[in-house]
Amino acid sequence: MLSDWPILSLVIWLPIAGGVLTLLAGRGGDGPAVRPIALVFSIATFIASIPLYTLFDTTTYRMQFTEQVPWITTFSINYHLGVDGISVPLILLTTFFTVLVVIAGWEVIKYKAAQYMAAFLIMEGLMNGVFASLDAVLFYVFWEAMLVPMFLIIGIWGGQRRVYAAIKFFLYTFLGSVLLLVAILYLYFESGSFSLLDFHDVRLERVPQILIFLGFLVAFAVKVPMWPVHTWLPDAHVEAPTGGSVILAAIMLKMGAYGFVRFMLPITPDASSELDWLIILLSLIAVVYIALVALAQEDMKKLIAYSSISHMGFVTLGFFLVFSIFAQNHEVAGAAMGVEGGLVQMISHGFVSGALFFCVGVMYDRLHSRQISDYGGVVNTMPVFASFFVLFALANVGLPGTSGFVGEFMVIMSAFKANFWYALLAGSTLVLGAAYTLWMVKRVVFGDIANDGVRELTDLNGRETFVLGSLAIAVLLLGVWPAPLVDLMHSSVAHLLEQAVASKL
Amino acid sequence: MSMENVYLGIVLAPLLGAIVAGLFGQQIGRAGAHWVTILGVAISFALGLLVFKDVVFDGAAIYNDTVYTWLASDGVRFEIGFLIDQLTALMILIVTFVSLIVHIYTIGYMRDDPGYQRFFSYISLFTFSMLMLVMANNFVQLFFGWEAVGLVSYLLIGFWYTRESAIYANLKAFLVNRVGDLGFLLGIAAVLMYFNSLDYADVFRAAPLLSNLTVAIIPGTEWSVITLICILLFIGAMAKSAQVPLHVWLPDSMEGPTPISALIHAATMVTAGIFMVARMSPLFELSETSLSVVLVIGAVTALSMGILGIVQNDIKRVVAYSTLSQLGYMTVALGASAYAAGIFHLMTHAFFKALLFLAAGSVIIALHHEQDIRKMGGLRKYMPVTYACMLIGSLALIGVPGFAGFFSKDAIIEAVSHAEIAGAGFAYICVLIGVFVTAFYSFRMFFLVFHGKERMEAHARAHLHESPAVITVPLILLAIPSVIAGYYIGPILFDGFFADSIKVAPEHDVLARVGEHFTGALGFIGHGLAGPAVYLAAAGVAAAWYFYLQRPDIPPKLAASAGWLYRLLDRKYYADDINEFVFAAGGRRLGRALWKVGDATLIDGVMVNGTANSIGWFSGLIRQVQTGYLYHYAFAMIVGLLLLLSWFVVS
Repeated sequence: MLSDWPILSLVIWLPIAGGVLTLLAGRGGDGPAVRPIALVFSIATFIASIPLYTLFDTTTYRMQFTEQVPWITTFSINYHLGVDGISVPLILLTTFFTVLVVIAGWEVIKYKAAQYMAAFLIMEGLMNGVFASLDAVLFYVFWEAMLVPMFLIIGIWGGQRRVYAAIKFFLYTFLGSVLLLVAILYLYFESGSFSLLDFHDVRLERVPQILIFLGFLVAFAVKVPMWPVHTWLPDAHVEAPTGGSVILAAIMLKMGAYGFVRFMLPITPDASSELDWLIILLSLIAVVYIALVALAQEDMKKLIAYSSISHMGFVTLGFFLVFSIFAQNHEVAGAAMGVEGGLVQMISHGFVSGALFFCVGVMYDRLHSRQISDYGGVVNTMPVFASFFVLFALANVGLPGTSGFVGEFMVIMSAFKANFWYALLAGSTLVLGAAYTLWMVKRVVFGDIANDGVRELTDLNGRETFVLGSLAIAVLLLGVWPAPLVDLMHSSVAHLLEQAVASKL
Repeated sequence: MSMENVYLGIVLAPLLGAIVAGLFGQQIGRAGAHWVTILGVAISFALGLLVFKDVVFDGAAIYNDTVYTWLASDGVRFEIGFLIDQLTALMILIVTFVSLIVHIYTIGYMRDDPGYQRFFSYISLFTFSMLMLVMANNFVQLFFGWEAVGLVSYLLIGFWYTRESAIYANLKAFLVNRVGDLGFLLGIAAVLMYFNSLDYADVFRAAPLLSNLTVAIIPGTEWSVITLICILLFIGAMAKSAQVPLHVWLPDSMEGPTPISALIHAATMVTAGIFMVARMSPLFELSETSLSVVLVIGAVTALSMGILGIVQNDIKRVVAYSTLSQLGYMTVALGASAYAAGIFHLMTHAFFKALLFLAAGSVIIALHHEQDIRKMGGLRKYMPVTYACMLIGSLALIGVPGFAGFFSKDAIIEAVSHAEIAGAGFAYICVLIGVFVTAFYSFRMFFLVFHGKERMEAHARAHLHESPAVITVPLILLAIPSVIAGYYIGPILFDGFFADSIKVAPEHDVLARVGEHFTGALGFIGHGLAGPAVYLAAAGVAAAWYFYLQRPDIPPKLAASAGWLYRLLDRKYYADDINEFVFAAGGRRLGRALWKVGDATLIDGVMVNGTANSIGWFSGLIRQVQTGYLYHYAFAMIVGLLLLLSWFVVS
């Protein structure tokens, strides 16, 4: 039976093994086998992850495809894997994007290509590990280990100020995770286990709950990132190579939001309920303040980075609407839409921001500039590229028919139920998001040919068309028919909401 | 063929045409692109006729069913589906008919344009979107269509993307519409919250039960839930149908090629807001407050935008302001609960306004893209067909008895005179003055273009000739309904054409009161001759004739003597300046300030690098202690030992 295979171990260790092989093949220079090996392993991992969707049982919230092997028995630490409707889409997103990143880096990366490919493959395994871990120590190991390849990617293949950006990225996320470790240790002493599922059930007093909640918040808010711990992201994006930006935006930011639903809501429900205003406030600041900041950007990557922060505000907002809704008449009806909207937004933002970073990469490879003012009238010389860019920009704006609309729509619907003003402020993204995105499009894509650099641009090659085309299909498919994705989540989200409104005091 | 397949065919045929022309434009060539899209829209139109016959003449039951489930969450199913009733059937015909004619006209108008295939792809995509909008049976799909037509409008206003003015105008149009969409989306959220469904049928059925429910948006104030919903939805309509103060995008949208000015920015898309409010009549009827808001906004738009038409010198902008003003008339009809009259005016307006735009386009290409009416004049003898068609369109617009616009506009004026809700008196005065204004600006343009001195350059005059048949035939095809469509006033307004697709509360039913005296179309003309509107229109034409043909020296003098008034009108009441200064520049400045002060100085400067710097400073201090001299460390140990000992002793 296919379902008896250790699929989760496969999607973790297959790419890591591929990464090691790639490194070996690249010893003593850029061997001819490097890229094919990387491609084969990334595709194999993607194929291996597909049964997670096709064999998934949507009727239960219980963890599926579980694997459990004792690891450090003294502390009852287990190699414990399993997924539910919340994590499966994220693993699929990871395996899908890694294939695209390998293809996109095919010709562009000339310096230490083996190490570049290996870093992405190893990171893929580690990220899948984060999403599949059901043991807190295992989770923490993957969580921290993941920083290393990304640190290297920014630090080695990055731009001018890559070292500053890499260290800022590392310190920010590392300092956040220290508090995560403290919280995990406290929960171990309370529950006598490192199992996340045991953490979900352990009773906690109010004060420790609040402290643990805050510890989690710092760790995860940095990753999302939420205002005011977001300033590492624009720097990291600007300096990272295209593939690094893509993975950072598409997958890594989702880690923080994943922590919100896997750790904070179920482990500290009373603290979440008490401090939900804080998350909502920070989320709305992200949506409004960051959107305004995005309007002022002159660097395309920075603009998309700020746009990411703004869009991730929808995710955290959607997750924490449940308490205001529950307070009205002790029902969670309407809250599931917020949580599912947040989850859909995570996936959609992965596709859209990833695609936009690819687009900037395409232009950067040709003109070696990310400045908006260095472009203008790109459509005249790159019509095919321009069509893709405009499509992804419109998805970023949340146009119905693209994936960008689905999550925003669901969160706004749910927010209205919580409070009119939440919905109004969140909805301001309709105007502000359109303003900063389409204003950039106007200055970069439209207009007369601005300079000789733009005049000599060549349109997409086959490889680039494939990458952007696959993303375009994903963005449109998810926009026109999101039901299959959302149906995956219902049972898990319903269970999560039960946990969130059940007091642990 | 079952009717479901017919409905699917209506929307999918243009979509297919758009996809083929858009993705394979290179392969199929220019002729291929226009054939495939025209075929698609023609199929839609033919099927639309079938549906109209089925619903209106054969009295088929109302169709309301789902095509597929878009999304299900939280026990609510969001679906894609069709509602086919009388209102939908009529809208399908209007949309596909005008679209078909514009497709044909485009062959001539865009003949030399390098973006030929792209243009056909866009207008077919538009037709698909607009059909999805009018055929929706739920709010989500309505919003889908709503945004999709906005998207195509954005793409088409910026069709000539190398022109700075065009890509400025399309961004502006998108953003202003987004303001409306925000209201619209919040309205939808309110509907979902209170009805737990976004299906029209469910919502309309349950609406009366909620008519007394209130909500406190600002603590301490009680809002009727229905009023809140209606006003939020109407904000969406205000942007799409260009009502004051969200009207500012429509005049600039004239940067797009003329065929889409006719199709999108006159006949169909901009009337989506009118259609939406008519569709929502079961909700609006429950809230007199929101009806009054609709009425007053419509009246202000009808009059104030008409006045601006007087000072425009660009032929398309005159017609654009005329569109704004006429949309105001339709909105007034909605506010007065005369929804049927609003839709009727929507229909006649679609014909004569598309005609006016396409005729203007014919003039524009004859003069090699000259749009300034001060550089025209005397075109009548060069372009007799265009002249005749423009005359018919203008007569219909100003409401000369017998022409289509007369019936629909007079019905609105009559209806408002019977309305009793707050603002009705004000609205009545506005629409009456508006009649004079309409006639004045229409014939000012007409006389300046076709009569009087030939003011164009000699070179342009030498090449003047009537447009080819591919342009004049569509004009004629639109001129016919611009005359005869009005005679359907009896069946459409007074014989219950719309049946249950439009709901009017008995106490608001002004059209029934108008209908009490109705004895047929000719009788309506006789009745109209007894009212003031016809004479106001005649006065407007006479004034235009006097000022622009008899004494063309007067207008400049008037403009000079009432300088501030002229400037106010010339600057369009300063609406653009205020928006540019407050919202556009203000938003950019605020964003810059937040970035530089908030992110760069406070967060990165003080918090992040500040922390790093203070750690560096502190470690610098500590470093001083680590001198590396053994006697320093020994001394420190002794001091420490002494301190510890004394602490033990004291405690």
